[in-house]
Amino acid sequence: MSEAALTVRAEKALGAFRLDAEFEAAPKGVTALFGASGAGKSTVLAAVAGALRPDRGRIALNGRALFDAEAGIDLPMERRAIGWVFQDARLFPHLSVAANLRYGLQRARGRALRVGIDEVAAVLGVEALLERRPRDLSGGERQRVSMGRALLSQPDLLLMDEPLSALDALRKSEILPFLERLKATFDLPILYVTHSFAEVTRLADRLVVMDGGKVVAQGPLAAVLARPDLPLLAGRSDAASALEAVVASHDPARGLTHLRVGDAELLTPSLDKPEGAAVRALVLARDVLIAVEEPRGLSARNVLAARIARLDPRADGTVLASLALSGAPDAVVLSAVTRDAVEALSLAPGLAVWAVVKSVAVEGARGGGLLSALDD
Amino acid sequence: MNGDAADMQLALSPEETAAVWTSLEVGLRAVAVGLPLAVLTALMLVRGRFPGRSVLNAAAHAPLVLPPVVVGYLLLLAFGVNGPIGRLLDQAGVRLVFTSAGASLAAGVMAFPLMVRAVALSLDAVDPKLEEAARSLGAGGLDRFCSITLPLSAPGVLAAAIVGFAACLGEFGAVITFAANVPGQTQTLPLAIYAALQSPDGDAAAMRLAGLSFAIALVALFASEIVARRAGRWIGR
Repeated sequence: MSEAALTVRAEKALGAFRLDAEFEAAPKGVTALFGASGAGKSTVLAAVAGALRPDRGRIALNGRALFDAEAGIDLPMERRAIGWVFQDARLFPHLSVAANLRYGLQRARGRALRVGIDEVAAVLGVEALLERRPRDLSGGERQRVSMGRALLSQPDLLLMDEPLSALDALRKSEILPFLERLKATFDLPILYVTHSFAEVTRLADRLVVMDGGKVVAQGPLAAVLARPDLPLLAGRSDAASALEAVVASHDPARGLTHLRVGDAELLTPSLDKPEGAAVRALVLARDVLIAVEEPRGLSARNVLAARIARLDPRADGTVLASLALSGAPDAVVLSAVTRDAVEALSLAPGLAVWAVVKSVAVEGARGGGLLSALDD
Repeated sequence: MNGDAADMQLALSPEETAAVWTSLEVGLRAVAVGLPLAVLTALMLVRGRFPGRSVLNAAAHAPLVLPPVVVGYLLLLAFGVNGPIGRLLDQAGVRLVFTSAGASLAAGVMAFPLMVRAVALSLDAVDPKLEEAARSLGAGGLDRFCSITLPLSAPGVLAAAIVGFAACLGEFGAVITFAANVPGQTQTLPLAIYAALQSPDGDAAAMRLAGLSFAIALVALFASEIVARRAGRWIGR
């Protein structure tokens, strides 16, 4: 990726833990830093924000060095122009919501004003809260104000450190639409730290997977999800593949929407999106069956011609099959099958098969979005 | 005051009235000068990482454990006309010994550790994460202190002011040693009570002044309660 907004190369020894991370974030959209707790995600975030000084490396934002060990550059946090949304909202308790929102705005003088308080308040739905004090807000409201406050400091990059992890499931689903609006409305790169697979699949455009202080994979979401060699992703019981699709047509009579993935077609329950809109379809590996002959008389509506790209045994005894769709060879659908099935059907790489997709989750579909499809 | 005996008993003599005003003046001035220094000292003790921090800590708290007379004597050695600091001040035309400013100095030094402790407690309670958030929003060091740290420790600073003021009103040993007992100049309420008790017919005067001290202390206590509650609400507790 030559036009990265953020490039990070950071090494840091913290006791027995060693961070040695190198990755890039795109100028637009959400780059998710994903990994188990202790993988070093928050350490990376702290280094980017300027709260932690790496031993070696270089961190640059839009070509400007924030940190460069060799050149002796270490810009203080307050001059990095990076908005930071914390796990705990960290609103200033002695200030009203409006004053909290203005805090960063007032200190952004000299920088081009890109977003105003009205716009941010509208997108995040906090207009009615402006006169309140933080203690009178719910957890979800606090986190929305905190996002607004960070946005209004006119940052060149927004850092989000597990902003949903302190909220219960209900509040999470309440705040996610706001995050999606934020991402769609404001034109700035977002680095989003999470250990939630559900948030990754819903929000991320680009995925950086961390494990043991190292970056083990990075790239566009669909490409990284399709990698069967990453236990962190492929080993999950809710391992999933993402398909970048376009809304082809609506069929209100049958309550269906047709999606196109390359030349392949997918049916989903009616979507509230215009024709031509790009959507992300999520398919769980355990919801995909493999048939070696074209199946008939199935209730599943999505039966796609595919070819087995590879078979990878998983730790739980099942086998993860990567299926390249015949209509869209770049699109990979994962399928979890038993070892017994592999032997009985003589499944092998290169074999032409049919992928029977039991369910497709698309955000905006009635009755269950991406999140409800996943275990966490 | 028409000669009624009871009235005579309750009315203050001009000297006693002067003692009240002297006390208030000494206390207010000591707090006005001492509080900012106490905030600075507390900030260094709570947030500072520098060599000599424990020395500063010990020095700030010494008046708490030293006999007040010893503190007064040490002040005399340092700020007396022949003392190293006193001589310099004398050349600048400032005299502290036996003056009301000197009484403020002595009372302020004695009240200093109490003020430092009160401020330090509330500074310690300010979440450094909030300061980090302010920093990420572009606030520099002084800006952070003024916009986040200080307002959030306001209850402690106000408590320090009231505790310090009350302690100054009550200070005896250091004041009488350093500033002496000059009516209208350095004679604060406790010194006036002491003087009254020294004279054979001063019992009534001592009683009046003691009652007055009691009343002032009660008002200060009451005020501190109200202020602390208000300030607590204001900072969103």
